[in-house]
Amino acid sequence: MSFMDILYFIVPSAIFYAAPLILVAIGGVFSERSGVVNIGLEGLMVIGAFVGILFNLLFADTFGGMTPWLALIGAMVAALLLSLLHAVASISFRADQVVSGVAINLLAIALALYLVKSIFDKGQTDFISERFARYNVPFLSDIPVIGPLFFTSVYNTSFFAIGVAILAWFVIYKTPFGLRLRAVGEHPMAADTMGINVTRMRYVAVMISGALAGIGGAIYAQTITGDFGHATINGQGFMALAAMIFGKWHPLGAMGAALFFGFAQSLSIVGSSIPYIQEIPNVFLLILPYVLTIFALAGFIGRANAPKANGKPYIKGQR
Amino acid sequence: MSNRATNLLVPIVSVVLGLIVGAIIMLVSGYSPIEGYAALWNGIFGDLYTIGETLRQITPYLLAGLAVAFAFRSGLFNIGVEGQLIVGWFAAAYVGVAVELPKIIHLPLAILAAAVAGALWGFVPGLLKAKFRVHEVIVTIMMNYIALHVTNALIKTVSEGGDRTERIFASASLRSEFLENLTEFSRLHLGLLLALVMVGAMWFILEKTTLGFELKAVGFNQHASEYAGMNVNKNIILAMVISGAFAGLAGAMEALGTFEYVSSKGGFTGIGFDGIAVALLGMNTPLGVVFGATLFGSLKYGALNMPNAAGIPIEIVEIVIAVIIFFVASGYIIRLLLLRAAGKKKEAK
Repeated sequence: MSFMDILYFIVPSAIFYAAPLILVAIGGVFSERSGVVNIGLEGLMVIGAFVGILFNLLFADTFGGMTPWLALIGAMVAALLLSLLHAVASISFRADQVVSGVAINLLAIALALYLVKSIFDKGQTDFISERFARYNVPFLSDIPVIGPLFFTSVYNTSFFAIGVAILAWFVIYKTPFGLRLRAVGEHPMAADTMGINVTRMRYVAVMISGALAGIGGAIYAQTITGDFGHATINGQGFMALAAMIFGKWHPLGAMGAALFFGFAQSLSIVGSSIPYIQEIPNVFLLILPYVLTIFALAGFIGRANAPKANGKPYIKGQR
Repeated sequence: MSNRATNLLVPIVSVVLGLIVGAIIMLVSGYSPIEGYAALWNGIFGDLYTIGETLRQITPYLLAGLAVAFAFRSGLFNIGVEGQLIVGWFAAAYVGVAVELPKIIHLPLAILAAAVAGALWGFVPGLLKAKFRVHEVIVTIMMNYIALHVTNALIKTVSEGGDRTERIFASASLRSEFLENLTEFSRLHLGLLLALVMVGAMWFILEKTTLGFELKAVGFNQHASEYAGMNVNKNIILAMVISGAFAGLAGAMEALGTFEYVSSKGGFTGIGFDGIAVALLGMNTPLGVVFGATLFGSLKYGALNMPNAAGIPIEIVEIVIAVIIFFVASGYIIRLLLLRAAGKKKEAK
């Protein structure tokens, strides 16, 4: 296998694995930029995956090829509702945001499995019939090198994820809303003094993170696994959290990190058929994203600083 | 109402609310909550065997709860108990199968190996927190996944390609014939005693030693502690190391008592995460952890009876546990409502 063949093999697969991570990591960026830690991304992804699969199974006959996309909307709504629980606890009830996130994670997987068992009477759902389809982008896939790398047998969801990342960058850095969001996460009291409704901004941010995590979960389930069971998401949400930190709480950074982690994940899965890489024990590829995140946090790969007010409930009048 | 009474009421109210939410969910999804909770009750206290098994389930919860609570008291959130437990499990099982020694040496050695492995896994986030001010929550989450993948790879190496180790030598086992006969051959083992001793140890460290005083001081206010001449960095690392050691011991309970081997895992055991619930419910005190572990261990084991006896998926109990954590975390609002209710009573008088 020549070097280019390896690239043609691995790059599309990396992008494919990265798409859900990008969306969920961007969701995390919104939430944490407003000052709300969201460990619950994993749980929100789980609910998104479950509702996405359920919707797909129920309505595949009605909507045909459009089903996976419509399922994303269902998943988005469900995860958004669940994220409201996190918002209420961590913003209004001043709960410890990490604890509330842990509760969301436990609740999501338990609720999803409970419903799976109640509805299907077994541990996992049936396989969906309508998946996202791969296709070759017309004209672009004919370009040498770039065509086979980025535009051959791709998923639309990958383009969607990258589009969302760019949009998120624009919203957070180029709009008044984004400025307010960042202000609320850095110094809520100053923002409050300037007339920004801190509580409302944080609610909106957490809801955005819920919506994106739900979409990410549904994409993951409808492209990679095809059904829903207890191990469907299995840490993808935490991987997205890692991508967000590795990307230094910046949408495009998070996207880059997610692409890299997608690369590592796909290497650990398809690596066994690639020369040289198959010599590396699988475990190193599996733990690579996590080790890198720790290094990034420790400052070995540039300092990663969280938004200043991240994790602290805002209590009016408290100094 | 005194502050102390409200503090005690928050967990109780949370548990009651959690059970109510569970009942509502059962009702909505077409099951009978009464049947469900009856099955749960029988799953916990049905006969001597189930009681033995329930106590067995409580054992690792005690230690996982202690681990989380100990770190909490020093102002650290150890979400990595899960990973520390997994490496402890592996270390204990490895020592259990690798050598055969007289019981008096082998068993303590295996237990110690688990504690050291867990402590090492806690040392990394502690060091990073102390030296680089890296938030321990993220590092411990990452360490969980590293633990999972690394132990799986090690198990594969040790078992020469298999997915579980051999059974440990009897000389490293915590099982006791006496306890088994007492409980109709449940897997109840001597680890329970060790866990209770550790509860005492945590109380002793926190309340009776200078180290404990310093750890708590750092937990309350790092700047004040530093000003008072305490070495904050040393205390942060120590807190994580001790917390990790507790978590490693929880792994030893599974390795040397319950299973007597270690197998590769597709996902987490969940005990470490439930430890957070145990510690929170127990308000991070040793005695509170005993109550928390008893409740959650019982719920977890009792739930196994629910699908057979009432046809209800066991996940209902996980939902209840999640809801309880949610309410305990939102203690502020419960406290507010309790105070308001108490205030109204006073006005009525």
